Amino acid sequence: MDMVLAIVVGGLYAAGLYMMMRRSIVKLIIGLGLLSHASNLLIFTLGRLMRGRPPLIAPGAEALAEPYADPLPQALILTAIVIGFGVQAFAVVLIKRVYQIVGTDDLDQMKSTDEL
Amino acid sequence: MRDLLLVLPLLIPLSTAVIGLLFWSRPHLQRALATVGAGLLLASGLGLLVSVRHGGIHTVQVGAWPAPFGITLAADLFSAIMVVLTGLIGLAAVLYSLGSMDAHRERFGYYPLVHILLLGVCGAFLTGDIFNLYVWFEVMLISSFVLMALGGERAQLEGAIKYVTLNLMSSALFLAAVGVLYGIAGTLNMADLSKTLRATPRPDLVLAPAMLLLVAFGIKAAIFPLFFWLPASYHTPPVAVSALFAGLLTKVGVYAMIRVFTLLFDHHAHSAHLIILVASGLTMVTGVLGAVAQNELRRILSFHIISQIGYMIMGLGLFTPISLAGSIFYIAHHIIVKTNLFLISGLVFQLQGSYQLKRLGGLYRKHPGLAALFLTPALSLAGMPPLSGFWAKLILVKAGLELQQYLIVAVSLMVSLLTLFSMLKIWNEAFWKAAPAEHSASLSRGTQLALFLPVLGLAAITLWIGLMPEPLFSLSEQAAQQLVDPTEYIRRTLGE
Amino acid sequence: MISLILSTATRYLLPLLLLFSVFVLLRGHNEPGGGFVGGLVASAALALYSIAYGVAAARRMLRIDPRALIGVGLLIAIGSGLLSMARGLPFLTGLWVERELPLLGKVGTPLLFDVGVFLVVIGVVLTIIFALSEE
Repeated sequence: MDMVLAIVVGGLYAAGLYMMMRRSIVKLIIGLGLLSHASNLLIFTLGRLMRGRPPLIAPGAEALAEPYADPLPQALILTAIVIGFGVQAFAVVLIKRVYQIVGTDDLDQMKSTDEL
Repeated sequence: MRDLLLVLPLLIPLSTAVIGLLFWSRPHLQRALATVGAGLLLASGLGLLVSVRHGGIHTVQVGAWPAPFGITLAADLFSAIMVVLTGLIGLAAVLYSLGSMDAHRERFGYYPLVHILLLGVCGAFLTGDIFNLYVWFEVMLISSFVLMALGGERAQLEGAIKYVTLNLMSSALFLAAVGVLYGIAGTLNMADLSKTLRATPRPDLVLAPAMLLLVAFGIKAAIFPLFFWLPASYHTPPVAVSALFAGLLTKVGVYAMIRVFTLLFDHHAHSAHLIILVASGLTMVTGVLGAVAQNELRRILSFHIISQIGYMIMGLGLFTPISLAGSIFYIAHHIIVKTNLFLISGLVFQLQGSYQLKRLGGLYRKHPGLAALFLTPALSLAGMPPLSGFWAKLILVKAGLELQQYLIVAVSLMVSLLTLFSMLKIWNEAFWKAAPAEHSASLSRGTQLALFLPVLGLAAITLWIGLMPEPLFSLSEQAAQQLVDPTEYIRRTLGE
Repeated sequence: MISLILSTATRYLLPLLLLFSVFVLLRGHNEPGGGFVGGLVASAALALYSIAYGVAAARRMLRIDPRALIGVGLLIAIGSGLLSMARGLPFLTGLWVERELPLLGKVGTPLLFDVGVFLVVIGVVLTIIFALSEE
């Protein structure tokens, strides 16, 4: 299972970077989204995968029985997803404004700030 | 009481922003609030600094969850110095905004956004938890995104696209690094990470998150070759925003870099310190060469930020107590000087209506006071005695000579010379040569006060540090001592 | 364009969804739910209303500017953290009411914090949705 997820993470990073290197701003935003998903999944995988062992103390027991699934990576991912949601919402508004003002979605035509 | 001092730099900007949100359509109230809030932030920062200096490192376990399980806030001297600088720059930028910000941006929540930005910056300086650091980075980034794009001019939006993209990429890398660190060590508290990583059975694995963090923070700090977003975007928003960004944002990246490479990776990543040293030399050179080629006032200054970042991380690359003290001194000096230069570029624009060197001129004859105000930070940036930049560079050069790293010392001195050349270019073009066209702008008394007061104050601080470097130097030295030997930090944070 | 089916359905769905969002909020402490999810449900309800009747009508019905909701929510969250500092405990420490209340169960500052989150989420989501659909 770890191997499958590792390949998925790699694939997501590759797809995200590929999308970011296209010229369209819409694809740029999609690429950024994929990149953050890849990072989230990476945290999930590195937090050790565990099946069917929820971190709940059994009735009558005093402490958790090893091994149990670590809940912290999921809390981190949840936070990262919420942050990602906010950032993506902003990015969508931004590219919409850019398209309205600049009149194109081609990144190559947005270089006026880099000219001497 | 100490708990309160540590939490106040977060609560003050947050409360200011929140109350500002409630009075969305009352710009006068928001202005007053923002000014008072920034002043209080500076005061609370000074209080924290004094308290940390006398009482040692402060920590708060938020929500009373014991470390390393909960989130810890920790302030050592380095953090406290940075919080003071944040308050100072926040106050200067808000004062300057009072005289220069247009009604449109004020109506769209400019002041609350500035305070959310200050909240994010202070949070990043005060947290002792690496995931929490990520969260504060995001708070800072989102508010900076909005400030960058607020107003919706074409150049701003184009700059914002580049700024947003590269910074989000850096966030994704940062997040990945946090995941890898958690996978290796099973903890996120930085003090606990430091302990665990020291005893890890697989030290070779630690290099992966170290490099990921180097790239992630490198993008935020704008080091070579990751700086391209900075000169593409920093000159597009209004000057008060540029000045705030120029003073604070890249320095948060530098702070994070210094923090993790002194606390987490001091034992494993000797190669990382070499990479940082090489990058610092290249950053200095490319930044200053970029600046020399530019003809727009704010773009010249933007490229100088990059070259100055090189000096700050040079101290980290050398990694001795004295070089780290040099870095901290340099950060303090740079934040004040660079913000001031940006504010002055705004004054020049107010008076002559352009940022292009070609169209400027004759300012020395018409406004000798402004000319003197420009020369103070400009010569300080180039490292002329007796101004603050001279001492900052002197400490770093001394540290380099002690380690016999002659190459980096030679590079840093060369870059100083080129910086001086670039500053003199601005002086010649904007101040000395005859004015190409008559452009008379008259400012009301109140506006003048709001615009000149922060510039004057920051110039006075530059001069003061230059004439009396001893207090700041001994403070930096103590801060560097705490960074080099983190046992006290670890002990206090983990509450042992 | 106002669709009859959607607007009629919305009239019945809106109170139901809002009630459900409060239920999710209150349930959040020990079971799945909480301020964030509850806030999303509530803002989905209001977004539905704005689709059915238009943004102007949704703003009128909400009465309070969504940005002010963000402010109020954050203020409540800060307040819940400060209560513990007033007792001399670290920032954000949970304080609990001794007796269990009917319906609500055990009440404490974490619930107050969650209410703050609830309002902030509604405010943020509606600010974004209104801004996007008003252009």
